[in-house]
Amino acid sequence: MDESTQINQKRSYELEEQIQVVAFQLGQEEYAVNILDVLEINRLLNITRVPRADVNIDGVINLRGNIIPIINLHRRFDLEALEDDDEQRIIVFQFDEVKAGIIVDRVSEVLYLNRSQIEASERVYSAMDSNFIEGIAKVDDRLLILLNVKRLLGIESL
Amino acid sequence: MKMDMSQYLDIFLEESKEHLHSLNEKLLILEKDPQDTAALNEIFRAAHTLKGMSSTMGFDDVADLTHHMENVLSDLKQGELAVSTDVVDILFACFDRLQMMIDQIEKGSSSPSSDNADLIQALEAIKDRPAGEPLPGIEAELLEKSRDDGEQASFIFNEYDITVMKEAISRAFQVYYLKVAVHPDCLMKSVRAFMVFKILEEEGEIIKSNPSAQDLDEGKFEGYFELVYLTRLAQEEITTRVNSISEIELEAIQEINLEHVNREQDSVGRQEQPDEKEEVQASGPVPDEGKARKVKQTVRVDIERLDNLMNLVGELVMHKGRLEQIGQTRQVTDLNETIEQIDRITTDLQSVVMKVRMVPIEQVFNRFPRMVRDLAKELNKEVDFYIEGKETELDRTVIDEIGDPLVHLLRNSLDHGIEPAEERIKQGKPAVGTVMLRARHEGNNVYIEVEDDGAGLNAENILAKAVDKGLIDAKEAKQMGMEEAVDLLFSPGFSTSSTITDVSGRGVGLDVVKTKIESLNGEIFVDSTPGRGTRFRIKLPLTLAIIQALMIGIQDEVYAIPLSSVDETTMIQKSDIKMVQNQEVMMLRGNVLPIFRLAQLLELPETEQKDEMYIVVVRKGERQIGLMVDTLIGQQEIVIKSLGKLLTGIPGIAGAIVAGDGNVRLILDITTLF
Repeated sequence: MDESTQINQKRSYELEEQIQVVAFQLGQEEYAVNILDVLEINRLLNITRVPRADVNIDGVINLRGNIIPIINLHRRFDLEALEDDDEQRIIVFQFDEVKAGIIVDRVSEVLYLNRSQIEASERVYSAMDSNFIEGIAKVDDRLLILLNVKRLLGIESL
Repeated sequence: MKMDMSQYLDIFLEESKEHLHSLNEKLLILEKDPQDTAALNEIFRAAHTLKGMSSTMGFDDVADLTHHMENVLSDLKQGELAVSTDVVDILFACFDRLQMMIDQIEKGSSSPSSDNADLIQALEAIKDRPAGEPLPGIEAELLEKSRDDGEQASFIFNEYDITVMKEAISRAFQVYYLKVAVHPDCLMKSVRAFMVFKILEEEGEIIKSNPSAQDLDEGKFEGYFELVYLTRLAQEEITTRVNSISEIELEAIQEINLEHVNREQDSVGRQEQPDEKEEVQASGPVPDEGKARKVKQTVRVDIERLDNLMNLVGELVMHKGRLEQIGQTRQVTDLNETIEQIDRITTDLQSVVMKVRMVPIEQVFNRFPRMVRDLAKELNKEVDFYIEGKETELDRTVIDEIGDPLVHLLRNSLDHGIEPAEERIKQGKPAVGTVMLRARHEGNNVYIEVEDDGAGLNAENILAKAVDKGLIDAKEAKQMGMEEAVDLLFSPGFSTSSTITDVSGRGVGLDVVKTKIESLNGEIFVDSTPGRGTRFRIKLPLTLAIIQALMIGIQDEVYAIPLSSVDETTMIQKSDIKMVQNQEVMMLRGNVLPIFRLAQLLELPETEQKDEMYIVVVRKGERQIGLMVDTLIGQQEIVIKSLGKLLTGIPGIAGAIVAGDGNVRLILDITTLF
């Protein structure tokens, strides 16, 4: 697919101390997900609304013949989407046979995080539903919210 | 079993099953026609191969049983024993046992434990010769073969071959006949054959082989193979070269005299020939080169890969659509021509991929002759069983499901349909009953029929039984005719057999058959003439993955409604809609039809009502319902896709399709929509 970034999941660089993440922007906040969960990052494709589905589900897309549900994190996290549509991307995740995507306002970069840079979430967010927040990473003067995608998608319950 | 064998286990199982299958098939033929030496040879070959394979793999019980079978078979072959019912029966019993053991092996048992002493004893008893005489294994077969003198007689040369040989001889080449034996324990026969070819072709040319090079390549040969070899090497040199390969032995080498070779037109009266000749005839004027048996070549492919392929083709089609759009806006002649080509190719590709998923129904039908035979014996009835159209192709998924319903119908025919011989004679019918199993294509459907010339359905009996079972009461029964009675046959809890037999009276009725067929999107019909017979007809879609759908538009969304649930479409005026008990209805040919607004059902925002609107009349069970839509787009073949785990169980949505423009469209599920 044009302009898509295929990320090879097999090359696990996961060392004890470091994890590689994809950082992206949702509204004014910056988030990150473990790169091993990411199947690919794609330009925005036409989304077909699925009536009667969960409100947090925007609809489904066709990714090379596969039907993939798209979850609306803006609604889920109660965030305003940025105006600039051009930078919007779909990040598609894969866990075994379950595939799902999220729309992000911008994909910033792929970077390594040291475990020591990550602060456990309980200490940061105590009230909000932080089940799917794994921690907060501090990179220079940026704060990255590390998401646990499995929990976010409800594939793995707590 | 030793670890190092495990990698061959799959191959062993696959091949064993194939051999068992051919064993079964040929036994049936042999039973019908005891003179059929081709079938007997085939049985012998199958048993022999099974023996070799199983002993290599260390399944001694299997090897032992096949060994004893082989002894009896070889007596049959040599005419020292006549093919009689008891012989065939015991061979069938052996077959069953083998199948059981192979199944056990498949289930993971390292050594199938089965006490075969009974069968072995029976086999021994049948053999009237003193034990120990027949040379077991490969030697026996080879000995037997070499008894025919003039070995190269097994080759038949056509004009082309002879020209080649003459040419070679004129260039000081020699023409040799080689017979190469492969060690019976050799696991990689094809590799050995390849090595022989390689070493020989360094210094000459192999112009013919038996079996054909292709079969050799796939290891489809037993014990030895024969070659015609052109070379300048001396006989001794060839012998050393060939024998240098391990597990290989040059059994015979002979110079071929061109004067004495078999020309193609000479029919060769070799004992081994008949089955092969038959095959050649069947395949038309094929040159004799593939003298080895013509085997249909297949590759086993994971169905998932096929689905993947289908997806990719779908993607291709979608991008082709985009290209077409670009072509239209740019108006570049060259581009448009290319796009037309791509269009043609993708269409072909699509239909090929669809076809790849299709499997001949033969797979299912093949197990029935044996089943019918056994059943007939068990029920003490005489039945001729015919199969027609086993080459009819169906989607893989349907094939996997259709077996059980057919078993049930066949059992029904034999058990309830065909009468005992005395009764048939009394009624002036031939004593031997007939059961037919037919499959054929018709449009986008496949019809499978099970027909018997038995007693036929008796409406009175059926109704009486239904009253008996409390399905209907006596009053209802009086008003019912044949049609209603037949319907009752398919209702749960109904079984016409007056005595519970082992065969079909196990409490599983035709309702199960009907449910299964319907789950495959099929239908089942019955026609019956009392006293003349019954015919069950099953109508199945060619494939489950592709269905016909009506595409409809509502606001700016498009949905697909499976055509199987659409009765008709109609256009109405705003004024045609009436309110009855808070429900919008319209009159359709004198009937009241409730109307649902699809936009509302699908949570779309309310829009201004148009004066004219389309109604799609859909069927939900017995009920008809009108769905109000904005536009009718048309009928289309769609490939159903699942919405995935995260979106399962949404009422009203059956799945999704990828439309030609690359967008996802949803398929409505009428039964759960409202």
